[in-house]
Amino acid sequence: MTALREAALSALVALGLFAPIVGLRTVPGEGGLALAPQPGLVGVLVGLVFFGRLGVHLRDRLRPAPGRAAVRPRLAATTARLGAWLAPALIALALIWPALVGRYYVDLAILVLTYVMLGWGLNIVVGLAGLLDLGYVAFYAVGAYAYALIAQFTGLGFWTCLPMAGLLAALWGVTLGFPVLRLRGDYLAIVTLAFGEIIRVVLLNWVSLTGGPNGISGIPRPTLFGLRFGGDEPGSFAGFFHLTSSPMQRIVFLYYVILGLAFFTNLVSLRLRRLPLGRAWEALREDEIACRSLGINITRTKLTAFAVGALFGGFAGAFFATRQGFVSPESFTFMESATVLAIVVLGGLGSQLGVALAAIVMIGGAELFREFADYRMLVFGLALVVMMVLRPRGLVSTRTPSVALGTPRMIGADMVAQGRG
Amino acid sequence: MAYALQQLINGVTLGMIYGLIAVGYTMVYGIIGMINFAHGDVFMIGAFVSLVSLLGLAALGVSAVPLALGLTLLGAVAISALYGWAIERLAYRPLRGSFRLAPLISAIGMSIALENYVQVVQGARVKPLAPVVPGGLTLMTEGSFAVQLGWMQVVIVVVTLAVLALFTWLVTKTPLGRAMRACEQDLKMAALLGIDTDRTISLTFVIGAALAAVAGLLFLLYYGSIDFFVGFIAGVKAFTAAVLGGVGSLPGAVLGGLLIGLIETIWSAYFSVQYKDVAAFSILAVALIFMPTGLLGRADVEKV
Amino acid sequence: MTEHAAPLLAVDGLTMRFGGLTAVDDVGFAARAGEITAVIGPNGAGKTTVFNCITGFYRPSAGRLWLTRADGARIALERLGGERVASRARVARTFQNIRLFAGMTVLENLLVAQHNRLMAASGFGLLALLGTRGYRAAERAAIERARLWLDRIGLIERADDPAGALPYGAQRRLEIARAMCTEPVLLCLDEPAAGLNPRETEALAALLHDIRASGCSLLLIEHDMGLVMRISDHIIVLDHGRKISDGTPAAVRADPAVISAYLGDEDEDEAESGA
Repeated sequence: MTALREAALSALVALGLFAPIVGLRTVPGEGGLALAPQPGLVGVLVGLVFFGRLGVHLRDRLRPAPGRAAVRPRLAATTARLGAWLAPALIALALIWPALVGRYYVDLAILVLTYVMLGWGLNIVVGLAGLLDLGYVAFYAVGAYAYALIAQFTGLGFWTCLPMAGLLAALWGVTLGFPVLRLRGDYLAIVTLAFGEIIRVVLLNWVSLTGGPNGISGIPRPTLFGLRFGGDEPGSFAGFFHLTSSPMQRIVFLYYVILGLAFFTNLVSLRLRRLPLGRAWEALREDEIACRSLGINITRTKLTAFAVGALFGGFAGAFFATRQGFVSPESFTFMESATVLAIVVLGGLGSQLGVALAAIVMIGGAELFREFADYRMLVFGLALVVMMVLRPRGLVSTRTPSVALGTPRMIGADMVAQGRG
Repeated sequence: MAYALQQLINGVTLGMIYGLIAVGYTMVYGIIGMINFAHGDVFMIGAFVSLVSLLGLAALGVSAVPLALGLTLLGAVAISALYGWAIERLAYRPLRGSFRLAPLISAIGMSIALENYVQVVQGARVKPLAPVVPGGLTLMTEGSFAVQLGWMQVVIVVVTLAVLALFTWLVTKTPLGRAMRACEQDLKMAALLGIDTDRTISLTFVIGAALAAVAGLLFLLYYGSIDFFVGFIAGVKAFTAAVLGGVGSLPGAVLGGLLIGLIETIWSAYFSVQYKDVAAFSILAVALIFMPTGLLGRADVEKV
Repeated sequence: MTEHAAPLLAVDGLTMRFGGLTAVDDVGFAARAGEITAVIGPNGAGKTTVFNCITGFYRPSAGRLWLTRADGARIALERLGGERVASRARVARTFQNIRLFAGMTVLENLLVAQHNRLMAASGFGLLALLGTRGYRAAERAAIERARLWLDRIGLIERADDPAGALPYGAQRRLEIARAMCTEPVLLCLDEPAAGLNPRETEALAALLHDIRASGCSLLLIEHDMGLVMRISDHIIVLDHGRKISDGTPAAVRADPAVISAYLGDEDEDEAESGA
């Protein structure tokens, strides 16, 4: 009986929420906007809420709460055990992927890997050092535009420009980081968001340098030891190996470039975690005041985290530019920052495997919903909320110690802090 | 001189709107210490409900402007308040006491969902609205330039001041206001003293959303056009206003709103319209770095 | 008692104001090398504030804090501030409400404490990316030092457990060991015996004696009078932000000002009502 009453109440609330916004659609009419009533749609939504609430109630009745709580630790243990063979399996799969699937899926994998790399880069800042950065897209943008501009003005190739683009992004990270890293917690998040937007607005309006909304096109494609892709004359990949040129060759090459860059990011992250610098990042996340009492220079440590994160963001940006052959400000909106952050948080802060899994699920999943483009971001937003409610610590929430006297044991998520900044 | 006066008038009008939104940020941050990222989108919802209501009333033949505006205000406030309540209930309350990043991510998710929800159901195009309160006063003329004070601007200032007066009374003089201030001081202690903190937090979101709805209506009337994305930029600017005024300080939020409105207007008038958002964001950064406690905020000593 | 050239730490005219409140008012004392100096006083006497000034967490409103190094050079701690008090002047500290890196293992906690030395050995993090031999030797030495301290505090078995999972008393010991891994000349302990049972307090006293014997001087805030009187060489008593007594345990115990401060100022009250 209470179930029915609650469901009715929820339905009433839903009616209030949906009736004006969903029920009355504004459509262009004569001499201004007119309203087009959509009572059917509202009815369906309200009905869904009613039965949904009823369903939740029934489920709670059938399965008492304690049982649900007990499932979580077990799930965490399972993911940890899966991790032992899942990671090598994923790597093996990634290495042979282009041989298994067609062009569409290689393209999709390139996209996913770009986000894996961005996720791993941001993971250093957010996951290890505990600094909440909502403007990571700024470094991605700096990397992309730096590559586009350097290549355009100097005519240098991708492999020469790549480190320059990364270093410029890192420099940018240090420049931004120096004033803002003193800020605490959520303030840092908002300032980084603001900087991300500033960069986008500048890219949009500095027409003489960046081309404004039209962006920069004709960005050179990467080469393999000087061999171009496309065409089969001498000096091209196909020509050198006496193959028939096909667009697939370039796509597969791009795939291995981003795979290599992602592996490089992962390798450096894993190595840094075992070095004093990485350990200091994690200590900073755990307790900044204690770090100060041990003589650790907080600003410098935070800056290095910011710079290393920015470096990988810049690399990813340069790759993005060379893959598209074109950059424009609309690729670098706040949504990108939010997506990468969501990947890191859903994956589990600090977990390399978790970030990779989250990127596969989220970017791959979003791509599968491509036909429902309008609903894609709506579902994405709601999925974030649902994930936070159900599993706030992400897919892989255990922490692996960086050093051990005996056999290292996983540390449960309840111990690990998320930092204040 | 005349030009400057005109910019001052425009800046104050805009600032009032930012101030109304900023109050919602400041209240929520004061009580549960989270940035309600979806607050700007509640403002956007308020603007859309206002649009639908004004169109609906016009279609029903309600031609008296004050009546139409009054009904729209009530409708927008009620529906947005419901949104505020539902968002807190669904996306934030289950996360209370969870890990630090969880509520923020949830709020970002909610913001994305709301924007795209409105885009899906109302379309992505900019929605125009014919001026509801046209006309105005010409205050002075200087050469060919006439300083205009639109009736719309008068309405905005009067409504904002009235709403803020009501709100101040609510916070300072009523038991609800006392409960809110107690929760702001110390949530745990307030709960121990028998204050229903869940209810108080819910009401904080409701009140914040109601103020945002008023701002949404005024924004719609002032600019005469909205789209599903107005909440993001306005939200970030209103947050800037809250920070500038001192997070947690209600008069500070209004003051910060006025400042941001003025700076933005003056920057657009004298320097460059394209970079007006850069100006607002730069102020946010500078304000946070050099005066993290804001204009009217409290300094807190770091506990060791 | 023999006269030293200069005390290890000389506090002179230390004053700390927060807004209108004066938490510490013109306090001066000295902590000599090779001794255990205790700062005691009722709640709210300003002890922790004095500590926070010495260890660089607060910038004093007025006063000087001189640290004399073994080579005779003097360092003004209040000018260093921040983490440099720990890294340059080698003053380490613990906290009243323990501040371990709870999600990191016991061993990791002790390695973080050796951060600066390891950073230098790792070429500021960059050379060690390539795994140079110099860094590997430095890391082995750091682990060795950590193992030494784990042995001393009896936590070697739990080296790979997260610090947050240790029982309370073990966390206190670990925090001291972590501070000692920075190789300080002065170790400041903020209520190290708080929350310990008598047996653990006994072990703590032995540990502190050990540390003193190893050449590190100690400055501690403590409420456990039994412990303070037993292990301290020198005691400073604060009340309402002022120093009211300074001397050996025996002298402080007999000081009427100290007795009245602890027993509730009965004399003062009578004097006031009489006036």
